[in-house]
Amino acid sequence: MSLHGIRFILIQNRWYMQFDDDEKQKLIEEVHAVVTVRDAKHTNFVEFRNFKIIYRRYAGLYFCICVDVNDNNLAYLEAIHNFVEVLNEYFHNVCELDLVFNFYKVYTVVDEMFLAGEIRETSQTKVLKQLLMLQSLE
Amino acid sequence: MPAVSKGDGMRGLAVFISDIRNCKSKEAEIKRINKELANIRSKFKGDKALDGYSKKKYVCKLLFIFLLGHDIDFGHMEAVNLLSSNRYTEKQIGYLFISVLVNSNSELIRLINNAIKNDLASRNPTFMGLALHCIASVGSREMAEAFAGEIPKVLVAGDTMDSVKQSAALCLLRLYRTSSDLVPMGDWTSRVVHLLNDQHLGVVTAATSLITTLAQKNPEEFKTSVSLAVSRLSRIVTSASTDLQDYTYYFVPAPWLSVKLLRLLQCYPPPDPAVRGRLTECLETILNKAQEPPKSKKVQHSNAKNAVLFEAISLIIHHDSEPNLLVRACNQLGQFLQHRETNLRYLALESMCTLASSEFSHEAVKTHIETVINALKTERDVSVRQRAVDLLYAMCDRSNAPQIVAEMLSYLETADYSIREEIVLKVAILAEKYAVDYTWYVDTILNLIRIAGDYVSEEVWYRVIQIVINRDDVQGYAAKTVFEALQAPACHENLVKVGGYILGEFGNLIAGDPRSSPLIQFNLLHSKFHLCSVPTRALLLSTYIKFVNLFPEVKPTIQDVLRSDSQLRNADVELQQRAVEYLRLSTVASTDILATVLEEMPPFPERESSILAKLKKKKGPSTVTDLEDTKRERSVDVNGGPEPAPASTSAMSTPSPSADLLGLGAAPPAPAGPPPSSGSGGLLVDVFSDSASAVAPLAPGSEDNFARFVCKNNGVLFENQLLQIGLKSEFRQNLGRMFIFYGNKTSTQFLNFTPTLICSDDLQPHLNLQTKPVDPTVEGGAQVQQVVNIECVSDFTEAPVLSIQFRYGGTFQNVSVQLPITLNKFFQPTEMASQDFFQRWKQLSNPQQEVQNIFKAKHPMDTEVTKAKIIGFGSALLEEVDPNPANFVGAGIIHTKTTQIGCLLRLEPNLQAQMYRLTLRTSKEAVSQRLCELLSAQF
Repeated sequence: MSLHGIRFILIQNRWYMQFDDDEKQKLIEEVHAVVTVRDAKHTNFVEFRNFKIIYRRYAGLYFCICVDVNDNNLAYLEAIHNFVEVLNEYFHNVCELDLVFNFYKVYTVVDEMFLAGEIRETSQTKVLKQLLMLQSLE
Repeated sequence: MPAVSKGDGMRGLAVFISDIRNCKSKEAEIKRINKELANIRSKFKGDKALDGYSKKKYVCKLLFIFLLGHDIDFGHMEAVNLLSSNRYTEKQIGYLFISVLVNSNSELIRLINNAIKNDLASRNPTFMGLALHCIASVGSREMAEAFAGEIPKVLVAGDTMDSVKQSAALCLLRLYRTSSDLVPMGDWTSRVVHLLNDQHLGVVTAATSLITTLAQKNPEEFKTSVSLAVSRLSRIVTSASTDLQDYTYYFVPAPWLSVKLLRLLQCYPPPDPAVRGRLTECLETILNKAQEPPKSKKVQHSNAKNAVLFEAISLIIHHDSEPNLLVRACNQLGQFLQHRETNLRYLALESMCTLASSEFSHEAVKTHIETVINALKTERDVSVRQRAVDLLYAMCDRSNAPQIVAEMLSYLETADYSIREEIVLKVAILAEKYAVDYTWYVDTILNLIRIAGDYVSEEVWYRVIQIVINRDDVQGYAAKTVFEALQAPACHENLVKVGGYILGEFGNLIAGDPRSSPLIQFNLLHSKFHLCSVPTRALLLSTYIKFVNLFPEVKPTIQDVLRSDSQLRNADVELQQRAVEYLRLSTVASTDILATVLEEMPPFPERESSILAKLKKKKGPSTVTDLEDTKRERSVDVNGGPEPAPASTSAMSTPSPSADLLGLGAAPPAPAGPPPSSGSGGLLVDVFSDSASAVAPLAPGSEDNFARFVCKNNGVLFENQLLQIGLKSEFRQNLGRMFIFYGNKTSTQFLNFTPTLICSDDLQPHLNLQTKPVDPTVEGGAQVQQVVNIECVSDFTEAPVLSIQFRYGGTFQNVSVQLPITLNKFFQPTEMASQDFFQRWKQLSNPQQEVQNIFKAKHPMDTEVTKAKIIGFGSALLEEVDPNPANFVGAGIIHTKTTQIGCLLRLEPNLQAQMYRLTLRTSKEAVSQRLCELLSAQF
């Protein structure tokens, strides 16, 4: 068993492993290429280099997490959904534009729920409470 | 709950983002961005001090531009300024910029660390959180140096807020992953373990990740975590679905924490009986729940529930000790094999693969064979079919091998190109491993070549030849079968290779049948000759010369072919040389000599199948799950397949005088020149793949390699399954330059590739090495070069160590080799006459100046080789100096930065005793000593 946690999360591009910028761009393109050709009959997992991508599609948006091959697929698949439910609550029916215009806040949401490549907090209530507290500081 | 409005707070930012989104073309976007960059630059450079809000806004814009994929080379200082703001939003943007655009400027790092330090000490949980998140995101060594001692204190302090504890735990985890040497173990470790009991489940969730990572490296220190984890897990799985409130996700209590706890337990063997009983209950409860009707129809519910279930099954497999649980797990997975969710079918196939390797559940897995075969035929997702292939491979044993191999072969006809090679390897391995009847094996491999010839790698056809040569009961059948297969008008070149090789060895076994007489065999093979590539033609030429020996009656026909211009004057050197040599051999050699040179191949030593090695290389060692394979993986294979040229090989194994005469001997044993070379080295099972310590122990065999470089400057220093290191170096006086070539032999890239040159404390004052870091990513098949500038300051004994670390797949690789920079490299030869030599010899007659060594010859005592070695060593070889012509004398000057040291040497061979006496005289004892050691090892 190897435990390195999440290598990176795409949507907000949070990286938990050292890559240089060119490499990141290449990875983003490659992940995009392998994920977007898949349809509903496919699994939500795809092997990628020596890792695997766990992804979930919401309308036109793909949320992707790259983890080690022996990590728990379903746990990360639901972690994505849990995250999206938090976004939805925080932005009230989140849409792509919210994520673009508030990209710097999305990072805060990511960091509340995932840190150092690990799941940090899973309770939606707790995360939202914290986010609202931070919001009040603005 | 109030929602966040679009881009509130920073109107300028929202306008800018809108502008970018409204750009109709890439050019327009770039134009808009450049305009903005110019604007921001002028604001930052302007005389007017910017207020916090403006700074925040501009830094945020820069970040946005960076995220669009543009380079940002300024703004770091402004971001750092934001860190010391007292406003949360300004601080947040500052930290965000820094964590996304990490900069290695040391002055900046000092300022950043200072700001982090202040925030950590602020006792403001929000600021502490931001600081911790920044450390956790950057995770650099500098940060580890600054904070690895501080964070454990924050983590276990009684008054730390829960949310800060969560962040501190994961922050520490990040630092431990990047710089474990800087994270001191101590009193805090036992207190961290007790966080498993914390009443805040978020703290437990974060702490469990930290403990798992620490426990992997220090199992003994963290073993008390086992019983605590079991209690925690037990409380979760037996709780009602509403007990855990916030932490219940779609009626599943704390699914992510359960998964983490189950993973933590996989760091340990099954616990002692008391705890074990409790754990077994937990696992049974999880299995029972899987059978209960779902509490919700939502996929979130079943995913969360099954995430826990699959992790529980992983733990059951990891313990591999409770037959009852293993069989229950297998039955549960069996149900999933036919589930309507593709995800579940995929995961069930994957998980069953590991169950197949347990003796307790192997039989239970086998009962699902029909379902799995069906999956192979009907699944739409290639990755699911791939898992089905993996599972069939894992469940294969003697009882079902014929069925599984037949199904795989039939699937191969339509299989996706991406997985064909792997299926070919698997079929080849299974056919060999479970062959009761070797005719079945031969048929299977020939079928493989027929169906997927392009995907049949060298290892596969080498292997079939090894097996045929080693088993005389199958040789006649093999000859007959390849002969028949070659009748097809279009057959794959790999078949020609196998056919050529086998008929060359065993064609005589079917020559009695007039339908396959020697001439017919020869004509059949030769009809394919012109369509084949050069290596295959070379192999066929060897078959022809073997025919000359097997069938004297076709000798004239073959000689005619060899003599033809298309052979003797072939533009390809290899083909031309073979034609010339074989023709000559067939003409001058007597029947006896021919029979000796060209006799049947001796059996190959039994060893691990090179195909298995290839499969492991392809899939990574951890994914080849067969039980026996894992055991066999420990043994190391030293050789690959047979040499592709039969005649040369047999000449090698049965040396005969004529072989040398004709220059038919083998290639020199040590490959020279820089990489990459694709030799049989590629088949080696990697011995180092398990090691993960900071600096690996010196690679086995590196001593030998090191010695080989004492008298030469170029060649291959190290080679394993993944990596080849080649050297090219030149030295002049006390300076030298070495080119190190790192060749990635795999098709996967190496990441974090970091070669480090290590000079011990003893060596450092004497030798200066300078080099630049290499690109941390080495693409599959690529080669990178590193230049090392060398300066010899004064004489030295030790050699520097080259330590290479990189990531290959999920594993950390570590290789260390001695770098052959030796004192003799700084030799300048000095010619002198006999008289001078002996005069100086006498001058250096103090006992400390002379070092002598008498030793047994390790290599044949060949005068020319010895001369070459002395010259290669760097000194001049002085002819007609020693009164005894059998002796060798040499002279030279060792150049160092501080001084020059004259050296004289004398080597006296004693052929009768197979001994040498080597005498070194220099003005410095240590130099005499070292040179004597180095040179003695050469003979």
